[in-house]
Amino acid sequence: MDVTMRVWRGDETGGEFRDYTLPAHEGEVVLDVIHRLQATQAPDLACRWNCKAGKCGSCSAEINGKPRLMCMTRMDHLPEGPVTVAPMRTFPIIRDLVTDVSFNFEMAKLVPPFAPPPPGPGGYRMQQIDIQRGQEFRKCIECFMCQDVCHVIRDHEENKQYYAGPRLFIRYAELEMHPLDTNDRRELVRQKMGLGMCNITKCCTEVCPEQIKITDNAIIPLKERAVDAAYDPIAWLGRKILRRHKRSPAEAQAVGR
Amino acid sequence: MEIETQRYDVVVIGAGGAGLRAAIEARSRGLKTALVCKSLLGKAHTVMAEGGIAAAMRHVYEEDSWQVHFRDTMRGGKMLNNWRMAQLHAQEAPDRVYELEAWGALFDRTADGRILQRDFGGHRYARLAHVGDRTGLEMIRTLQQKAVASDIDVFMECKILRLLTDGDGQIAGAVGYWRPTGEPVLFVAKAIVLATGGAGKSWKYTSNSWECTGDGHAMALWAGANLIDMEFVQFHPTGMVWPLSVRGLLVTEGVRGDGGVLRNAEGKRFMFDYVAEMFRAETADSEEEADRWYTDHAGARRPPDLLPRDEVARAINAEVKAGRGSPHGGVFLDIASRRSPEYIRRRLPSMYHQFMELAGVDITKEPMEVGPTCHYFMGGVRVDPDTAATAVPGLFAAGEVAGGMHGSNRLGGNSLSDLLVFGRRAGAGASDYAEGRSQVGTVDRAEVDAIVEEAMAPFARSSGENPYALHSDLQETMQSLVGIIRTGSELDTAIEQLDVLRDRASRVAVDGPRRYNPAWNLATDLPAMLTVSRCVALAARERKESRGGHTRDDYPTADPQLGKVNFVLSQPGGDGWSAEIKVAPEPIPEMPADLRALLEESH
Ligand SMILES: Cc1cc2nc3c(=O)[nH]c(=O)nc-3n(C[C@H](O)[C@H](O)[C@H](O)COP(=O)(O)OP(=O)(O)OC[C@H]3O[C@@H](n4cnc5c(N)ncnc54)[C@H](O)[C@@H]3O)c2cc1C
Ligand code: SF4
Ligand code: SF4
Ligand code: FES
Repeated sequence: MDVTMRVWRGDETGGEFRDYTLPAHEGEVVLDVIHRLQATQAPDLACRWNCKAGKCGSCSAEINGKPRLMCMTRMDHLPEGPVTVAPMRTFPIIRDLVTDVSFNFEMAKLVPPFAPPPPGPGGYRMQQIDIQRGQEFRKCIECFMCQDVCHVIRDHEENKQYYAGPRLFIRYAELEMHPLDTNDRRELVRQKMGLGMCNITKCCTEVCPEQIKITDNAIIPLKERAVDAAYDPIAWLGRKILRRHKRSPAEAQAVGR
Repeated sequence: MEIETQRYDVVVIGAGGAGLRAAIEARSRGLKTALVCKSLLGKAHTVMAEGGIAAAMRHVYEEDSWQVHFRDTMRGGKMLNNWRMAQLHAQEAPDRVYELEAWGALFDRTADGRILQRDFGGHRYARLAHVGDRTGLEMIRTLQQKAVASDIDVFMECKILRLLTDGDGQIAGAVGYWRPTGEPVLFVAKAIVLATGGAGKSWKYTSNSWECTGDGHAMALWAGANLIDMEFVQFHPTGMVWPLSVRGLLVTEGVRGDGGVLRNAEGKRFMFDYVAEMFRAETADSEEEADRWYTDHAGARRPPDLLPRDEVARAINAEVKAGRGSPHGGVFLDIASRRSPEYIRRRLPSMYHQFMELAGVDITKEPMEVGPTCHYFMGGVRVDPDTAATAVPGLFAAGEVAGGMHGSNRLGGNSLSDLLVFGRRAGAGASDYAEGRSQVGTVDRAEVDAIVEEAMAPFARSSGENPYALHSDLQETMQSLVGIIRTGSELDTAIEQLDVLRDRASRVAVDGPRRYNPAWNLATDLPAMLTVSRCVALAARERKESRGGHTRDDYPTADPQLGKVNFVLSQPGGDGWSAEIKVAPEPIPEMPADLRALLEESH
């Protein structure tokens, strides 16, 4: 049996889908087929990958129109017919399936760092239950597919200036919920990172390969903490169950020992 | 030719755990620091590490200490380790882990709120700090975030081709190219740290990513540094074997640490039949005792499933050879019948996911099929233990690219800790060196141009060798002739085949633009891959004994005399990646009596 791959080829000046047909192999993922294409019909076909195990978040692409990791998408789980593989649309094209994702790295630079009190001997004391949520967010492999689907920036290049995006919102939420952190980033998130522009469509949550509940567990609580409840009805819902003020260094110290 | 030129005090090549930690150290000293990597930041091979970071923090077993960790490491390496590196590593690892926590890492916790530690092969006590089975991700993200906050300049998707030395042999800089554009770039530096990781990509079945092409090993050798212990390549006992497209992908040792056991086709726990003399006193001799150990380390001895990796990999190999393997040529790794589905999903989430998605196997219900996979390079650049300095003044090396720390076999968890301990030391060593140097070295522009020209040559050939085909032939050679079990005649054949491949590599041709061209990128990786493969084969031919990660069918036992030497590789001819490589035995450094006493204690 053969498979047909409809792969986007081109660069920032433009491009097109090109069809390639090759024999199907048992158990293969999309990335395997792309690699076989490189070795046979299209040696210069550009794509990113590293781990081939869903761990590094390098191989994001839009497969049959949906953002997915090429290395974790089994060919035999896709519907019959040609498989289209296109680069992520939200980021500028470098070539073929490779996009310029530097936006995400620039946004990461703007995050004020983690600021804990100094540790005592034997490290900090933190209970598993208090770090569970942070651990969920730290599962993020930076595939940037949530950024890719977020409609605030997907077709709105102009918004990128003021919008950190879901990947960075979970980072802010992680720091905000860290039992030892003392840095206050709430005003920054509200005023410069565009948290208010997110209208909770949950598209980001749907594509996250790590199944991080980006909207429910990060964005909504973050809104609750950062945005004045009077202007944001969603925040009002969650406020009672969550801590609302930022911890002082002395309080953090008491937790960590 | 105009070339983009960057000037720095310290240039760190590689952004895995070792490179990041080195750069953070150099930057904390106020030096102008660059961090260069072939992939995007945060994607280095370290991100894949699963099981944990070994450090005697004594959170689970009070009895643990750096001395016991030191002893375990030396025994795991069959005493060939550089004792000073093993000592520094065991002593400093706990502080490096605490430091990660202060930088934001969230490790799994004990009931009293400290960092939890898990059991791993070859470690007497539960010692590995971890986050489920994604410890490498936690480590790389923590270091990445720290590096970004420290204002280190990062050059992503930039491949270094060669190191440059000046007239008196000091390091002067490095030449590379930007993958997104294909444009060359020159780094001029006072000191350089190599942290380029391993070289598993020369084997067909490997847990390694495309980046692991041994660039740092090769560049160091070409620049005049020495490599040691290159014959010792670790084949991890448990890689996936099916489907073929994921063959080699790692199954963490954490599965066995958390209760999983190995069985052959008859359902037998065969590891009990493979306990070497050296480990008999400390290994359980019945299933009942082995099972009891998981909850009672004092009252029972450890299961043979958790012997050091070389032992387990050889045992699996032997079972498959004897016809007792699984349907796809591995053995079974069973945790389903031994732990609850909830426990398995909580402790091993990414293993669960990996098997479910890629093999259609539910590891809470069925056993996994596993077999050895090329995993780790014990060998590497010879360094000074305290400063990580190489034989080239101004050049430092840390992490998997450095040799000595792990001897003939590395224990699981000892790499991540190695990256932190020696990454920091290399960063400090390079900083000291840079601070002591008033001027950067002089770069020979003709040499730079020649390097760039050589790299671009495949574009100029209208026809020639296909780099993918060459890579695949190299992998066949290394897999079949320089694999887990070796013999002299096969090694001779391998070296002949490597000669042919080297010839072919000089005729590689590629097409298309320079910008993000994977065929060309691979073509520029081939010289290093071929050089490192040759080093492994040459050293393996010289070591006429079996020890740790090196097993010779024609010399099946350890030779006490060879236990006292490292094989040291050098390329005295200097320039040109194809110059001849010299192999010479050198005595291993003498261990002080107080440390030797630690090893001789019965426990
Ligand atoms: C699947 C898996 C699981 C593992 N689990 C564990 C574990 O649980 N515990 C443990 O201790 N160890 C584990 N290991 C081993 C450990 O992860 C590696 O040994 C370690 O991460 C190597 O780190 P490093 O910093 O030396 O290099 P790497 O992380 O390999 O990074 C190398 C860096 O060098 C860069 N580079 C290479 N060549 C060039 C060049 N020419 N120019 C520019 N940049 C270059 C790369 O881009 C990359 O940034 C595991 C390994 C694998 C494969
Ligand atoms: S929920 Fe918010 S962040 Fe997520 S995709 Fe929708 S608008 Fe974007
Ligand atoms: S949050 Fe999920 S989708 Fe977004 S970058 Fe991280 S892993 Fe990818
Ligand atoms: S290659 Fe790493 S996530 Fe796909």
